[in-house]
Amino acid sequence: MTYDAVIIGAGHNGLVAACYLARAGMKVCVVEKNDWVGGAAVSRELFPGFTYSNCSYVSSLFRPEIMRDLELPKHGLQILPYEGGAVFKEDGGYLGMFRDHDANRREFARHSPHDAEAYDRYARDVLRFCRFIRPLLMRTPPDPSSFKPRDLAEMLWLGRKLGEMSERQLAELVRFWTMSIADFLDEYFESPVIKGYLAVSAIIGTAFGPMSPGSAYVLLHHYMGDVDGNVGAWGYARGGMGAITQALSRSLVAAGGEIRVGSGVERVLVRGGRAVGVALANGDEVRGKRVISNMDVKRTFLKHVDEVDLPGEFVKRVKAFKIRGSSGKLNIALDAAPVFPALPEGAPNLKGDLHFTDSIERMERAYDDWKAGHFSRDPFQDVMIPTMIDPTMTPPGKHFMSCFVQYAPPKIEGGEWSDADRDAFGATCLDQIEKYSPGFKNKVLHVEVRTPRELEAEVGLTEGNIFQGELTFDQLLFNRPVPGYAQYRSPIRDLWLCGSSTHPGGGVMGAPGRNAAAEVLREAGLRPTMRDAYAVL
Amino acid sequence: MPSFDAILIGGGTNGLACAARLAMKGRRVVVLEAGAEVGGGAGSREFAPGYVAPSLAHTTRGLDARVVAGMDLARHGLVFHPALPTVVLGPEPLTVQRGKTSGPDAAAYAALMARLGEFARVLAPFRALTPPRLTTTGNEWGRLARLGLGIRALGKAEFREFLRMILINIADVAEDELSDDRLKGLLAFDATLGAWLGPRSPNSLILLLNQLAIGPDTLMPKGGMAAVAQAMARAAEAAGVHLRCNATVARVVVEGERAVGVELTSGEVIRAETVVSAISPRLTFQQLVGPRHLDAGFFARVSHIRSRGAVAKLHLALSGAPGVPDLRARMVVAPSVRAVEEAFNPVKYGEVPKAPVLEFVLPSAFEAGVAPEGHHVLSANVQFAPHAPKAALAAARTEMLENTLAVLEAHVPGLRGLVVGAEMLMPQDIEARFGMVGGNWHHGELAVEQMLFLRPLREAAQYATPVAGLFLAGAGSHPGGGINGAAGWNAAERVLAHG
Repeated sequence: MTYDAVIIGAGHNGLVAACYLARAGMKVCVVEKNDWVGGAAVSRELFPGFTYSNCSYVSSLFRPEIMRDLELPKHGLQILPYEGGAVFKEDGGYLGMFRDHDANRREFARHSPHDAEAYDRYARDVLRFCRFIRPLLMRTPPDPSSFKPRDLAEMLWLGRKLGEMSERQLAELVRFWTMSIADFLDEYFESPVIKGYLAVSAIIGTAFGPMSPGSAYVLLHHYMGDVDGNVGAWGYARGGMGAITQALSRSLVAAGGEIRVGSGVERVLVRGGRAVGVALANGDEVRGKRVISNMDVKRTFLKHVDEVDLPGEFVKRVKAFKIRGSSGKLNIALDAAPVFPALPEGAPNLKGDLHFTDSIERMERAYDDWKAGHFSRDPFQDVMIPTMIDPTMTPPGKHFMSCFVQYAPPKIEGGEWSDADRDAFGATCLDQIEKYSPGFKNKVLHVEVRTPRELEAEVGLTEGNIFQGELTFDQLLFNRPVPGYAQYRSPIRDLWLCGSSTHPGGGVMGAPGRNAAAEVLREAGLRPTMRDAYAVL
Repeated sequence: MPSFDAILIGGGTNGLACAARLAMKGRRVVVLEAGAEVGGGAGSREFAPGYVAPSLAHTTRGLDARVVAGMDLARHGLVFHPALPTVVLGPEPLTVQRGKTSGPDAAAYAALMARLGEFARVLAPFRALTPPRLTTTGNEWGRLARLGLGIRALGKAEFREFLRMILINIADVAEDELSDDRLKGLLAFDATLGAWLGPRSPNSLILLLNQLAIGPDTLMPKGGMAAVAQAMARAAEAAGVHLRCNATVARVVVEGERAVGVELTSGEVIRAETVVSAISPRLTFQQLVGPRHLDAGFFARVSHIRSRGAVAKLHLALSGAPGVPDLRARMVVAPSVRAVEEAFNPVKYGEVPKAPVLEFVLPSAFEAGVAPEGHHVLSANVQFAPHAPKAALAAARTEMLENTLAVLEAHVPGLRGLVVGAEMLMPQDIEARFGMVGGNWHHGELAVEQMLFLRPLREAAQYATPVAGLFLAGAGSHPGGGINGAAGWNAAERVLAHG
């Protein structure tokens, strides 16, 4: 049989796209190379009795519009907002974070009364930038070089949106989009540990240091999500991040879609300049009127499409697409909750994110290591213990700890990662935690260490880049992934992209999948059944 | 006591260009220069007995065409030597001129430079534009729209490339298009020269485009860089400008929320309807105007104008000719993109790089009399130097000099043996000598978030300031510094438009 659409990859964006198409009446089939669905949003039992969110580990960016459209809560998705967090300082002190703005303010005042004052101003300003950018997430970027009515109308919409802002707001927006987070924070704060804490969101997943221009935008990328309408809030998916893709799968099946796991794609079948299906590694062919790839742009076109079917200029651009991985991950099963002596007894901070990098300078130095082709000797770690809130992931009294580590280069000094490199990387991270939590290592039951090499091999993220491509202006909006091909289409008719390589980029957001589906449906003459972005927060 | 219509604070090239333009339009103008001579960074100085070096700038990419024509600088003695080739030093030196070179990357380099040259060509008119206000009414939107159409006229494919590349980093461009480390290093060096950025920092390509928009060549005036200041001073005086050196302005006199003149450190008050400051915007507002006359929010944001300098200036007195391929070239030591990036890394933390990258010229190969017969003067811009070293300034300066000499010796063997005198100016020294905050050449970093309508600040981006009657005309305003006078000329046009 011939499907209306074959989707390559059961990551969250592939599933989101499939759901929308199925709900619009298309016959869809998702093919997935792994024996499980989820891509980088998975829950896996890698140690008996312990569920690991072994790739992505927190949720906030997933668009609430999509959750409602696809009825994900009905299909079992529950997001638990988490509270708190802490930065442990080298001198033995700590900076605590709390869900409550005023509690944060008091904690900031303990480090710097000046910064406590500035925090109100900072929070207000950043929220305003988020307000501007959120409606852009759920729209197909216009092609500024095109004179088609739709592109012109979209440019006009953008222009009007900018016109609604005051001169001051516009100036601040332009500055914010182009400056470094270090410079931006310097305009508000003085305490190194507070700046170090707030800079985190600007570097996660990015081959940038906090002093790189453009990093302030990445902060926004991490702030524009929400949990139950609390903008900027983050939460855990109950049962691990796989709960999101599980709910999507159930939603898809309920809408009549199919999923085939263990079905890695060898090649996209192109006949007469049109994509007509995929050939699987096992020799099967799955035919479809269109093929939608959730793989990144490099993987899609350089590994699974014959180069002769593509224009040379396009291939050159895809080859030059920047997708350098910058992070690694440790997933740890713990026999008991770790103890951090710096924190007061009973402090809620362990329920949130824990950091050991107490200044922007240390973060930037870690980035310098990455640039030189090493993993950081003094890495930045974003440590979470979701089982502090979600008891479903481990046996009672035990814990799962997720450590997102930056920076880890895609190659070690130009060569492939070896197992010895990986082990040394893991040991460096464990040692850092042990320093702030004596006895920690004795509680470790099992560790999974993931470098960019493992991320690429298992999840299919080229070079281990968690965003399927860096978030720099040359790869954002109408430039993502390739100028002239930012509208989810490709040079091959009926071959589409729906992954994070496309606008608006990575994170467990679902927007690329949803936007791609909208384009597919529009071209097929079907009415998309989806909400626009919520206009107001 | 003569009376004036306009007072120009600061006799650098922008101050002189602005003053001359105003005088040509019939204004009575006085330029007040704190130093003993006008010219600012375009002067010369005897740094060791018998050896004269350019005081700061040692070459230019050319002056603004309006300044050259309007001030008739050729008639006042400004003539340039033929454009200098660039020689990238290394085991196999490579000569580059006008975007052309030899070697394995010759074709790729020519193609890349042709494309960048096209981008620079459509951007060049922006330099002569008063940045538009971000409001819908009454400004140069029409002109801006025409310039925008000029970019679109590059054609669909090139327009897309333009939008992709405009905020890209130079390292990616170099790595994508070239294979020869010498050329990649050169691009990385040139794009970051005078900026507080490494080549991997986004927004670094646009700085190279800005330089190309000024001019594609490295130029040396006959008579040295001081000849620029001298020609401009003569032209200004010919236009009727009154030049006063050793006149340090202590404050701008503000009466009834309007600038009405200045008071010198001597106590003398000079009054004029218009006061134009060609010195750093930060010094202008913080020291000359003061918080009393400014909105609190504006005053706070003045202190946020980032102005980190990262270039040190080295002058060497040499007892003979150094062993370089071409004494009349610009020599560059920047072995690779990574070398440039790694020279920037320590500066972020207030430390001195182990192996700085640099460019140098030998003014003595162009002019007689700047060094004893048979001797030479070497003038170098050394990147990167910390603007606020963690160590004591003297220690940092010594380390910077030592590391730079080591790099030079490695690329020009025997050079150290020729050194009979040396002067190393750290960014702090440059600040002290030229009033450039943080030692930054541009009186405020030339970075995307401080460009166009954001330069130096939104409220002062059209050369007028929140204080009526007070204007800005220096490198801190659009389009930034360099020895070309564009900011000063733009400011004059704005003052004249205000009546």
